[in-house]
Amino acid sequence: MADTVAQQPIRRKAADQSDRTDETVIEIKGLKKAFGNKEVLKNINLTLKRGENIVVLGRSGQGKSVTIQCIVGLLTPDEGSVKVFGQEVAELNNEQLKDLRTKVGFLFQSGALYDSMTVRENMEFALTRVLKIKDQAELDSRVMEVLEGVGLPEAADKMPSDLSGGMRKRVGLARTLIVKPEIMLYDEPTTGLDPITSREISELILEMQKKFKTSSIIITHDMDCARITSDRVVIMSEGEYVAEGTFDELQQSDNEFVKSYFLDTK
Amino acid sequence: MADQVISSSGWKKWLESVGDQTVFLSRFFRNVFRGGFEWSEFVRQCYEIGYRSLTLVGITSFIMGLVLILQLRPTLVEFGAESMLPHTLSVSVIREIGPVITAIICAGKIASSIGAELGSMKVTEQIDAMEVSGANPVQYLVVTRILATSFMVPLLAMLGDVISLFGGYFALNFTDDISFTLYFTKCVAALDFTDYMPALIKTIFFGFAIGFVGCYKGYTSDKGTESVGIAANSAVVTASLWIFFIDMMAVQITNLLYY
Ligand SMILES: Nc1ncnc2c1ncn2[C@@H]1O[C@H](COP(=O)(O)OP(=O)(O)OP(=O)(O)O)[C@@H](O)[C@H]1O
Ligand SMILES: [Mg+2]
Repeated sequence: MADTVAQQPIRRKAADQSDRTDETVIEIKGLKKAFGNKEVLKNINLTLKRGENIVVLGRSGQGKSVTIQCIVGLLTPDEGSVKVFGQEVAELNNEQLKDLRTKVGFLFQSGALYDSMTVRENMEFALTRVLKIKDQAELDSRVMEVLEGVGLPEAADKMPSDLSGGMRKRVGLARTLIVKPEIMLYDEPTTGLDPITSREISELILEMQKKFKTSSIIITHDMDCARITSDRVVIMSEGEYVAEGTFDELQQSDNEFVKSYFLDTK
Repeated sequence: MADQVISSSGWKKWLESVGDQTVFLSRFFRNVFRGGFEWSEFVRQCYEIGYRSLTLVGITSFIMGLVLILQLRPTLVEFGAESMLPHTLSVSVIREIGPVITAIICAGKIASSIGAELGSMKVTEQIDAMEVSGANPVQYLVVTRILATSFMVPLLAMLGDVISLFGGYFALNFTDDISFTLYFTKCVAALDFTDYMPALIKTIFFGFAIGFVGCYKGYTSDKGTESVGIAANSAVVTASLWIFFIDMMAVQITNLLYY
């Protein structure tokens, strides 16, 4: 399995995009966010369509994580509008926000596993509390399904502290996928993983998109992951998106700044 | 002038933190009555709290009872009131020393560990992750812990009281020949409703303060690594201050009601 993956470069085929509808799931307009007197986001505009994967590139500390935290309501924008499924996030009440959050999966940069619980309890946390699934057989089968998806079925009864960094990342991914969200926000899904696992994760993201028509925003520094998963790429700098296009378009760009991201990819 | 600016911003900070704590308190109460109580987490917390402080509460209480008898003895002997020793000990332990000592120990052990635990969950984005999953972190983390301390601190205090009396008996046996039954009969005879009821009620408040301060400090800590230490540390200091403050209020209220 790993061999074939490593040998064939995977490229998104244009045909995949045909089953995409034009429904907009996330719409961000003129988003601003400052911490103290530090303006992190100055003017963010983005639309994500159903079934689309957008990759966000940008140097460290540019506010990529802050942007997606605004989408799930962890941070409140200072100005501008963030609409998910047509609803303004800042105006939702608690119940509506909870509803929205069950449809949006969020993979934290750090994994954010609950370290007082086993991997299995981590997986079941949202299932039993939010989706109110009580049937143990169904819980077990869903846990096993996602853990097999990320290649870690044997880790179910371990504590997070017994896992390696890469394993934690994959468990974090599994925990996000288990509720079958319609939108996925991946904060650096492949950082800190070996090239083979990275590629498997990238493929998994692609597979999720095809199987469940998930729409995703993928923040990454991994150009391989960007190439595999992206329908569209945006580059963020100084609190704004400065370039946008398909991976190939940006790769051919004459702009020096854009080029600097694609140096190693030709 | 400069002083004025500093002190006015100090006041503002203080008022802000009072405001934040009030909001946090109201979040706690809203979630207590919302349903979906996390029983297994509550039980786990109770067990942890009891298990963590039992030894320390036991040893300290025993020594307290022992030392009090040794200290009281010379004074009472002077008045020829030796036979009042069990009486004096039991009233002072049940009313004041048992509850306060236990609460202070719990502030040191439990408030700090709750502050550190929630603080580190905050730093490592676990609390954010719970929230983003649509689950309710206040329900799972805060409600269970505050109720667990409110329940366990009174239990620990009662246990501490009894152990203190044992300590007293042990000390008394150095010098006097008093039977175990007589000693405890005297201890119990010395007490009435106005001794143990206010003490019980105040330990519930002590427990609440310990849980509340620990949770508040941890849950609202900043996201830096050093903030975990700050949360743990300030939880102990603030909880201890609260305990003495509540104790002072309790004695005033009890006196108003009964005397
Ligand atoms: N809750 C917060 N409070 C204060 N400042 C914050 C907060 N969250 C982020 N920042 C600041 O906002 C800036 C952008 O942070 P962000 O985490 O979005 O960067 P990033 O683009 O995701 O970088 P990286 O690629 O390293 O993850 C940083 O300077 C950070 O210090
Ligand atoms: Mg980030």
